[in-house]
Amino acid sequence: MAKRIEVSGLHAYYGGVHAIEDISMTIEPRSVTAFIGPSGCGKSTFLRTLNRMHEVIPGARVEGKVMLDDDDLYGPSVDPVAVRRTVGMVFQRPNPFPTMSIYDNVAAGLKLNGVRGKGKLDDVVEESLRGANLWNEVKDRLGRPGAGLSGGQQQRLCIARAIAVQPQVLLMDEPCSALDPISTLAIEDLIAKLKDQYTIVIVTHNMQQAARVSDRTAFFTIAGTGKPGKLIEIDDTSKIFTKPEQQATEDYITGRFG
Amino acid sequence: MTAPSSPLGTVSVGRKVKDRVAQVLVYGAFGLALIPLVSVLWTVVSNGLARLDPTFFGYSMNGVGGRDVGGGAYHAIIGTLQQVAIASVIAVPIAVLTAIYLVEYGGDGRLARAIGFFVDVMTGIPSIVAGLFVLALWLLTFGFAFSGFAGALALTILMIPTVVRATEEMLKLVPNDLREASYALGVPRWRTICFVILPTAFTGILTGIMLAVARIMGETAPLLLTIFFTKAINTNPFDGPQGSLPTFIWDQASDPNQNSIDRAWTGALVLIGIIMLLNLAARLVARRFKPAGH
Repeated sequence: MAKRIEVSGLHAYYGGVHAIEDISMTIEPRSVTAFIGPSGCGKSTFLRTLNRMHEVIPGARVEGKVMLDDDDLYGPSVDPVAVRRTVGMVFQRPNPFPTMSIYDNVAAGLKLNGVRGKGKLDDVVEESLRGANLWNEVKDRLGRPGAGLSGGQQQRLCIARAIAVQPQVLLMDEPCSALDPISTLAIEDLIAKLKDQYTIVIVTHNMQQAARVSDRTAFFTIAGTGKPGKLIEIDDTSKIFTKPEQQATEDYITGRFG
Repeated sequence: MTAPSSPLGTVSVGRKVKDRVAQVLVYGAFGLALIPLVSVLWTVVSNGLARLDPTFFGYSMNGVGGRDVGGGAYHAIIGTLQQVAIASVIAVPIAVLTAIYLVEYGGDGRLARAIGFFVDVMTGIPSIVAGLFVLALWLLTFGFAFSGFAGALALTILMIPTVVRATEEMLKLVPNDLREASYALGVPRWRTICFVILPTAFTGILTGIMLAVARIMGETAPLLLTIFFTKAINTNPFDGPQGSLPTFIWDQASDPNQNSIDRAWTGALVLIGIIMLLNLAARLVARRFKPAGH
């Protein structure tokens, strides 16, 4: 299921604005990689280039190469819609579809892509909700609206929705920043469980969270306002948080900057 | 309150007075707005009840003179329902698709801005000009005869801009989060529009359509130029002059006989009743599609 991501020489732009500059890294399969760095340093932008969500924004474009195992995501014949089925995404704010029930929310990715058959959908919905640690809480009210759940449950619903299409990679853009500590813990437990099956990349502002959940950590920063974001270093999480190679990383994690 | 020293204790006189004045103004404005509404309703109902009988719904004006009692608006009701239905069937898809283009595809492009501009211009078209346009193009240039369909074409021109604007506003209200959530599941854009965005905006779009229907249902001038006039029942909107409620009211009201004037009032009452029933039906439909959890 899980795949390796290899990025080389990646630049991203918003119209005339150079958002991130020359990023190269390898993201290992079946592991959690955390992106940390100050606001506006391009972590989220970079994350969105990994499933071609960046180009959804008008005027945005990408240069460089992103290899998913042997496939170039930006190859000329690649369908961005197919890429997004392979590389799933969870957003900062829980965003269940307001017109759909819990069941339909989880099944949305399959249903909207034309998968039919009640039995198959039932199985996928249960499996995904179990996978997202939400099954026991909602199994008696699958027909109720998804928007009626609490924030933390909604976010797990969104994770269930994302894994229901069986992606190879799961991108999470600050998935806990709108949640309370208990819901955050639930999501972190879930991430630890999911990494057996998926390649997980998580953007977070919470360095303790990065230290808790990730195997590898990448530190991004910007030289100044209006300058593009850069990758400073990527290494094992334990190393980044104890003796990073770069002074800038150490300054950031010890709170002297950013 | 005898503790002026307490900072939390008293509301200053100035603020109390301002609050009162604002309250009086708000309620006063509300009352003023209600006066014409209630007055219109009262006049129409009290004058229209006289002829609200089965004959009115069952008979046309064929062979009924101004002085005669009896006669009805059957031909006009059929005409109005058919013309408005045809206009809606043509206008709603064009308008909704235009709005989808403007919001989901057009962006800030030159074409989208041009369309937006012309929709605004169309909104301002006096209804008689729409009638004249159809008269000039459909009847005089293409040589078709007066018909309910020609009337529906004129109504379509009036309906499209209203529905485009209403739908556009509703689509803009759909949070971008939902589009992104759908794209991130690998759902193509057109399916996202059909199954995520349109259902979310459905209630608002329906309200916009109903307002447009209510507007065109009362149009008289463009119909006079396109459906012409008949006292007889014509159930085929594609062939020959048809009746309609607004032109029926106009015709009956211009006759000095009390019997005709009574028929005009009842026509107005029936028109208001049909619009209210349609609105009610739309609300019932909208309730079923209301975003869950709210």
